[in-house]
Amino acid sequence: MRNPLRSEAEAFRFVIVTLAAFAAIAVAYALGGWVAALIVFLLVTAAAIVFYFREPSGEPKVVEAPATHPPGEYRLVVLANRTVASGELLEEVCRIAKERHATVHFVAPALTDRAHHWASDVDPARADAQARLDVSLANLLEAGIPATGEVGSDDPLLALDDSLRTFGPDEAIICTRPAGKSLWLERGVVHKARDRFDLPITHLIVEDVP
Amino acid sequence: MEAHAAAHHHGPPIAHASSKVNREVLGMFLFIASEVMVFGAFFAMYFFIRVVNGVPWPTPPYHLPVYVAGINTLILVTSSFTMHWSLQSIKKGNRAGMKAGLVLTVFMGLTFLLTQLMEYSRIGFAPHNGAFGSVFYSLTGLHGAHVLVGLTILTCMTIRAFRGHFSPEHHDGVEIAGIYWHFVDVMWIIVYTTIYLL
Repeated sequence: MRNPLRSEAEAFRFVIVTLAAFAAIAVAYALGGWVAALIVFLLVTAAAIVFYFREPSGEPKVVEAPATHPPGEYRLVVLANRTVASGELLEEVCRIAKERHATVHFVAPALTDRAHHWASDVDPARADAQARLDVSLANLLEAGIPATGEVGSDDPLLALDDSLRTFGPDEAIICTRPAGKSLWLERGVVHKARDRFDLPITHLIVEDVP
Repeated sequence: MEAHAAAHHHGPPIAHASSKVNREVLGMFLFIASEVMVFGAFFAMYFFIRVVNGVPWPTPPYHLPVYVAGINTLILVTSSFTMHWSLQSIKKGNRAGMKAGLVLTVFMGLTFLLTQLMEYSRIGFAPHNGAFGSVFYSLTGLHGAHVLVGLTILTCMTIRAFRGHFSPEHHDGVEIAGIYWHFVDVMWIIVYTTIYLL
């Protein structure tokens, strides 16, 4: 949602929009009475809801990550939450890591609901995510692939954005459960990530979730 | 935080700033929510009295000074423009513009408030003269209280501006005062339309 009072400029624009909307309502009332005024009110309210609640579009792509790494080194970032310790995911990561001698970094967003997010009560969710991540990193180490990992923001796109800035990957894997079981797919996370970030993104769907 | 380091970390995991709601944003949302509830309660009262109970508006023999209030509305809306000009000026390093914008905004806000008080003294009815009078004074009075708070904030910012505070990089005081002032303006546009025009 766009906050109409986020900045002075936004608030000033809100004044202009309100002025125009209520002028239209007053004119409709003068010309057509209560019914006309009510119709205009409903129309402007609907327009305002669409405008302020729509997803921002045309967001510029993140074309260059500030983090740099030596030439020749290949970096892979893996974004996964419940699937982070999946066997299928680990197999795929091992394959890429061995083929391309890649440095691997896992990002496991904390899973919180809206109530906990707004209350900033994210510590238990982060602890759970850290536990899943630890299992995954231990399995990778056992397979001979040292990897790093972090618990990211509960917004997966923000978590990926953070990793772009701090890790500077050449490729990303977003791992989810199949459609119908994955909240990320329902929210269009993969689609939005491909729109927003200028790096190859592989979408891996796994069934086995420990 | 790297997983290796996490093994030696005691206590809950270190949270990224992005995991939590930005404090300023949360504060502003809570403020807006509380204001919407306060004004919403008064508008609900207005709705029930006028629409559900069918009380004539304005109740005869009283009249509302629509044109005087209209000019007052124009003054308040203009003050939003001067407020915006003030902030744009300091963002460009124009201190004189910022000061002039703030002084004009305070002047117009004061004019609005005094005109409203004069309107009260000459309007011919009091809050205890029926439901119509109660709603009229409640809504306009609640808004007037917000204008008074806004004027207090703006006066403080004006004094600070004349003392040399604020720069193109640091002008949060003017920005936040501006947000509040625009909010007060928005509420008046709604109050004026519903109470005086419809």
